[in-house]
Amino acid sequence: MNLAELNIGETAIIESFTDQEMSIKLLEMGCLPGQLVHVNNIAPFGDPMAITISGYKLSLRKKEAATIILKS
Amino acid sequence: MIDQIKIALIGNPNTGKSTLFNALTGLNQKVGNFPGVTIDKKSGSTLIDGKNFEIIDLPGIYSLYPKSIDEAIVFDVLSDQKNISHPDLLVVVVDASNLKRNLLLFSQVADLGIPIIMALNMIDIAEKEGIEIDIDGLESKLKIPIIPINARKKVGFTNLKKQFLLAPAIINAEYRLNVMPLAPDLICRIQSELHLSNPTIAYQLAHQYENLKFVTEDQKIRVKELVRDSKFDTQKIQAQETISRYNLINELLFDTVKDRRASGSENYSNRIDRVLTHKFFGLIIFMLLLLGMFQAIYTWSAYPMDLIEELFAWLSTSLKEILPLGFLTNLLTNGIIAGLSGVIVFVPQIAILFAFIAILEDTGYMARVTFMLDKLMKKVGLNGKSVVPLIGSIACAVPAIMAARTIENWKDRIITIMVAPLISCSARLPVYTILIALVVPSKIVLGFVNLQALALMFMYLLSFAAAILAALVMKYLIKAKSRGFFIMELPVYRMPRWNNVLLTIYLRSKTFVLEAGKVIIIVSALLWLAASYGPSKKFEAIESSYQKQKASGINTENLEREMQSQKLEASYAGILGHVIEPAIRPLGFDWKIGIALITSFAAREVFVGTMATIYSVEGDANNSLKLVDKMRQAKNPITGDPVFTLAVSFSLMIFYAFAMQCMSTVAVTYRETKSLKWPIIQFVYMTGLAYVSSLLVYQLMS
Repeated sequence: MNLAELNIGETAIIESFTDQEMSIKLLEMGCLPGQLVHVNNIAPFGDPMAITISGYKLSLRKKEAATIILKS
Repeated sequence: MIDQIKIALIGNPNTGKSTLFNALTGLNQKVGNFPGVTIDKKSGSTLIDGKNFEIIDLPGIYSLYPKSIDEAIVFDVLSDQKNISHPDLLVVVVDASNLKRNLLLFSQVADLGIPIIMALNMIDIAEKEGIEIDIDGLESKLKIPIIPINARKKVGFTNLKKQFLLAPAIINAEYRLNVMPLAPDLICRIQSELHLSNPTIAYQLAHQYENLKFVTEDQKIRVKELVRDSKFDTQKIQAQETISRYNLINELLFDTVKDRRASGSENYSNRIDRVLTHKFFGLIIFMLLLLGMFQAIYTWSAYPMDLIEELFAWLSTSLKEILPLGFLTNLLTNGIIAGLSGVIVFVPQIAILFAFIAILEDTGYMARVTFMLDKLMKKVGLNGKSVVPLIGSIACAVPAIMAARTIENWKDRIITIMVAPLISCSARLPVYTILIALVVPSKIVLGFVNLQALALMFMYLLSFAAAILAALVMKYLIKAKSRGFFIMELPVYRMPRWNNVLLTIYLRSKTFVLEAGKVIIIVSALLWLAASYGPSKKFEAIESSYQKQKASGINTENLEREMQSQKLEASYAGILGHVIEPAIRPLGFDWKIGIALITSFAAREVFVGTMATIYSVEGDANNSLKLVDKMRQAKNPITGDPVFTLAVSFSLMIFYAFAMQCMSTVAVTYRETKSLKWPIIQFVYMTGLAYVSSLLVYQLMS
C-alpha cells in the first residue's frame, strides 16, 4: 500500500520509497521510514494532498505520494 | 569597512529567520546581489557595543542540496572562503517545534567548519504542544552555544548579540558526520587535487560541482572525470548521507528531548484549513479575497495617485518658472519629470498589492492558495506556485516575474515568466480608461452594471484567457529539464507581523521605483528628444512660417498649438510614425497613433501623454476629459471620418493588452533568465499576438 491510497483521516507508518530522486527530497522534508503519517485533506480539485508528518503539515502531489510505501 | 564581522543567518523556511533578521537590522538593510549571480542578497548592519556587524539573511532552505536557483547560492557562499559574503559566524535558526527536520540542515552546515551557534526559536509553541527540550543537555552534546530566542517578541536578543561579540572565538560543533566512509577514494582525490582541507567540502563538491561559481572550468572537468571513474551515484549517496544524519540526530535527541505530543490531535491550524481549503468554500473564499484585493487596489489608491500627479504637475510648472528657459529645463520638465511621474504614480497601487501579498504570505494563506490551485495550474503547464506571480502581474509584471523564483521547476518557472506580462497590469489601465471613455457609452445595463466597467472587466478577463492559452501552447513547445516537484510545507496559520508587512511595502516600493525608474528616466528623455527635434531644415521652415503668421496678428494661442503639432510631425518621432504607418494601417492606426505606439515601448501609460501632445492639448492625464473630446473630434484628413471609431479603439486596446511594450519587463526577464533568448521570444510572441489580434478585431469590426 502506498500513501496515495490512504484515505482522509487515516494514519500509517512509512516503510520505504520507490523513487530514489523523490526519496531524497522526502527525507529532507522529514518523511523517514518508521515515521507516522496522517492524511489531513485533499485539495478541491482532487490533488495534491496535505499530510501531517513529524509534527508539521506537508503538501505533495498524489503521484509523489505514490512513491511512499506504507507498512501494512 | 574591511574588518566588519560577517554573520549569516541560515535555517529552514518559516522558522522566524527573517523576523530575526528584520529585528536585528531594522531599516538598516538593503537588497543587493550575490557576486556573479542575480540572486537577491538581503544584508544589513547592526551595532553592538560599538562594533559593526554585517548580517546576511541567506535564503530559507531545507538542505544544502539546492532545489531552486535561490537556494544554490547558499552552499556557494558557505564553501568558498574567498566569497565576499563568506560569513565569520553562522547563526542557524531552528524551529523548536520541529527539531528533527531542522537539525538536518544544522548537521549539514556544522560540518563545513565555520564557527556556528544555534538560535532556538519557537520554544513556546513547542512547549504548548508538549515538547520538552533540555537545552543545557543539547549544548553540552553539541559543544556550541544554543541561545533560546523568541523572534516575534524580541526575547533573547541580548544573549544572541553577546555571542556575536565572541564570534571568532567560537569553536566548531561536535557531533559531526564523518562523510569519509560514503566515498573514501573520491573524497581523498578531490581533496588532494583541489587542495581542500575539509573532507566535507570535497564530498559536497562531488555532488554539486556543476553549480559552484568558485570552481574553475578546468576543475569542473577534472571533478567530473573523478566522479565518473569512481562510479559515484550522487542520488544513492545523498540518500545514505541523509539517513546517517538522521541517525546522528536521533542519538542526539534521544535523552535531550521529550516529545509528549498526542498523536492525531487536531491543532487550530488544521481546523482553519478545513474551512479555508474546503472543496467548495475554499475556492469561494479565495475568489472573494481576490475581489476585495482589486477593489482595494483601485479605491484606496485613487486619492494618493491624484496627489502624486498633482505634485509632479506642480513640480514641473514651478521648475519651468524658476529655471531659465532652454534645452535642459525642457528635457528635465517635459522629459524626465513627466516620465518619472508615470512610474511613481503607480507606487500606491504596488504598495497596496504588496501589502496584501505580504499579509497573505505571512499568515500562511498563500501556501494554501498554491495547494488548492496546483492541479488546475498544472493542466495548463504551470504550477501551484505560479499563482502568486500571476496575481501580482495585475499590478506590475516586474515584481511578479521576480516572484517566480520560488518555483523550483525550471520549465514551470520559464512559462510563468513568459506569460505573466500578458496579464493586464496597472500601466494598461490609463490606456483602457481613455479608450473606453471614448467609444463605450456610460450606460447602466442589467439594472446596476455600468457598461464602461463591463468593458474594462472584459479586457482583464481577456488577458487572463490569453495568459492561460499561451501557457498551454508553451507547455508543448518547451522541453522540461527536470521533473516537477510539489513537496511543500504548509506552515501553521499565524497573525501577520505588521512590522514585516510595512517593511515589505517599503522595500518593494523602493526596489520598484529604483529599478523601473532607471529605465524610464533614460527612455523618456530619449523619447522627448526624438519628439522635440527633427531635421533642422524642416524645423526652421515651420518656425519661420509661424513667425510670419504671428506678425500678421492671427490668434497666437491657436498658432502655438498648430506649430507644436507641425513640429511633432516633422520630428524624428514623427518621421518614425510615418515610416511604420504602412504596417499599422491594416489595424486601423494612423501615424499619430504610430508615434504613441513607439513611445509606449518605454511604458504603456506614456500613451495618454503622447496622445495629449499630439492632439496639442495642454496638460496630461489629469485633464483626460479634454483629451477625450479632442480625440473624439479628430478626423481623418482625407475622408473626414472620425479617427477613433469603435473598431479602431478596440483594435488599439487589444494591441495594448497583448503587446510587449515595457522596457522594464524585458530587462527583468533578461535578468531572471540570464539569457537573451527568453526576452526576445517574449517580445516577439507577445507583439506578434497583439498584431494579429488587432488586425482581426479591426477587420471584423469595421
